[in-house]
Amino acid sequence: MFENISLAFQGIWGHKMRSFLTMLGIIIGIASIITIVSTIKGTNDQIKESLIGSGTNAVTVQLYQDNYAYTITSYNPAPQGISPISEDTRQQLADLDNVVDVSLYCRRRVDSYEGDVCYMNRAYSGDLFGVDEHYFSAAGYRLSYGRGFLADDHARFRKVAILDTGAVSSLFGGEYPIGQILEIRQEPFTVVGVVEKAARSDFAIETMRDYEMYADNTGGRVFIPLADWPIPYAFDEPQAVVLKAASTDDMTRIGQQAEDLLTASQITDAAQGFAYQSDDLMSQAADIQKLSNATNNQLLWIAGISLLVGGIGVMNIMLVTVTERTREIGLKKAIGARKRRILWQFLTEAAALTSLGGMIGVAAGVALSRFIASAMGTPTAVSYPAIAVAVLFSMFIGVIFGMIPAVKAANLNPIDALRRE
Amino acid sequence: MLLEMRDICKDYPQGKELVKILKHVDLTIEEGDYLAIMGPSGSGKTTLMNIIGCLDVATSGTYRLNGEDISRASENHLADVRNTTLGFVFQSFYLLPKLTARDNVALPLLYAGVKKRVRRERAEEALTMVGLADRIDFMPSQLSGGQQQRVAIARAMINQPKILLADEPTGALDSTSGHQVMDLFDELNGRGTTIVLITHEPAVGQRARRVRRILDGRLLAEGEGGVGDAW
Ligand SMILES: Nc1ncnc2c1ncn2[C@@H]1O[C@H](COP(=O)(O)OP(=O)(O)OP(=O)(O)O)[C@@H](O)[C@H]1O
Ligand SMILES: [Mg+2]
Repeated sequence: MFENISLAFQGIWGHKMRSFLTMLGIIIGIASIITIVSTIKGTNDQIKESLIGSGTNAVTVQLYQDNYAYTITSYNPAPQGISPISEDTRQQLADLDNVVDVSLYCRRRVDSYEGDVCYMNRAYSGDLFGVDEHYFSAAGYRLSYGRGFLADDHARFRKVAILDTGAVSSLFGGEYPIGQILEIRQEPFTVVGVVEKAARSDFAIETMRDYEMYADNTGGRVFIPLADWPIPYAFDEPQAVVLKAASTDDMTRIGQQAEDLLTASQITDAAQGFAYQSDDLMSQAADIQKLSNATNNQLLWIAGISLLVGGIGVMNIMLVTVTERTREIGLKKAIGARKRRILWQFLTEAAALTSLGGMIGVAAGVALSRFIASAMGTPTAVSYPAIAVAVLFSMFIGVIFGMIPAVKAANLNPIDALRRE
Repeated sequence: MLLEMRDICKDYPQGKELVKILKHVDLTIEEGDYLAIMGPSGSGKTTLMNIIGCLDVATSGTYRLNGEDISRASENHLADVRNTTLGFVFQSFYLLPKLTARDNVALPLLYAGVKKRVRRERAEEALTMVGLADRIDFMPSQLSGGQQQRVAIARAMINQPKILLADEPTGALDSTSGHQVMDLFDELNGRGTTIVLITHEPAVGQRARRVRRILDGRLLAEGEGGVGDAW
């Protein structure tokens, strides 16, 4: 077997030009497949990173009704029968494996025509959050200017507010916000700080809902201490949770464990149809990736056709080779080579030829995808499983398309083969 | 009895009809025999040799070789018989051009499943026996015709076959090389190898112990047709 392989490579080396031309179809096919796959993988990695990664590894677990995220508004009031999250439950969440930080918060969507949040005569549309002292670090915010919430703010129910940059621009325009007074349900709150998402300067899409929201509402976010929430609103509004995971790989599991825990502890029989659900960012990433994969799969089919053409080219040359080497085959049979040995010899040659073509194709594909990436600025990532599959598959092509010539060789009648000059 | 043919016929299709090439051939060969088969071109010598050599099967008749009925053997079994019981020498050598003399000679051992180290050693011995100890790693293209034919004889003898079959082994050689090859045959026969040889040349035929003539597909009885006639 090993001798067959080394003889096969000697044969390829002996006819460099012809072998190269024969392999060309395979090389082109494999190179385009590797290029496409590398580009797909690069794009997917990028999507995953921008959706999940953002450095924060934040898992949001919030209230859902019949599988839709439940957003509290003036016309969509807080449901009955869902108690605020106790310190005990919070501790249980913090004790889950690889949870780095836990934060509780309340959230409402407010609209300008209701006038819930105003500065001077300007009303605000967007999100209003009541957040505990862990929120900004768990959800991945960074102080932009001013100050954050202090322990004292929570303990003494200070009426202070922090805005994100979106809220600043919609409420204050160009004005300096720190020290200004916001009215939240007629209660004065002093703006003490401005925050922004820590991970990237452009907006990070954390959930699909965020994405949809972002599309129709760029109002931004206004934060007040969770302890103050009962001042403008009710003390028993349901809360949501942000958990910071140690790594992205933990996010899905932590999300599920938190869902179960919160649904069991918070949802009473009075709240029919409600449940806590996590935003499964992994599966959302997969959804978006599917979209880009669909288009690229069509490209893969086209590349597959060039492999087919390459395979036919190999078959053609192998048939010529068999004819050229009739005498060799006849002699080998005359001195005792069995049919199967001749069959293997030619299959090995075809497979060696296409495997080599596959390897050259992989190298060309990796080089090409790097070149495209640097020239067009698109992402690329080498996929090692794809490389292994490509080489194995090209070997497989050799076996498939080498079969007819090999069978032809094996079935040659030794006397006819020897008679031919 | 090493080889026994009874009533062997061979037909070949030529155009639409079957042409009888061998007609009712009876032939027995004892161990250690040295037989020359002579006859005019197209008389069926090579056809007969192919059947003896298990490269082809007869249309009818029985053929027993080394105690077994070959007429009904499978293709794989015929390959094994060619590998172990028979050795072939052809008019145009048929060495593989990309293998060295040693690798050419070792090829039948590969098919017999012999280990590489042993193959190399035995190929070397066989080449020494045919007087080519100093040409072991030469390519066929670097050897003269006579040397190439001796490599082919070494290859034929490497598996220590019962019968050496040679179809015009001197046909492509000058007389000196031809003599060397015939001396080698004498030597092999002297050591007990049965030889069946096809030739046109009376001088070559005379070195055999017996001569059988073939004429138009019929094998004549021993002594029939004269020894000295050149065809
Ligand atoms: N495969 C075949 N198909 C058809 N006819 C064949 C075939 N092989 C041989 N013949 C015919 O059989 C006859 C005998 O051929 P063969 O090769 O046995 O002759 P030969 O005695 O060896 O002649 P030469 O001395 O020229 O080698 C020839 O007429 C040839 O045309
Ligand atoms: Mg002949």
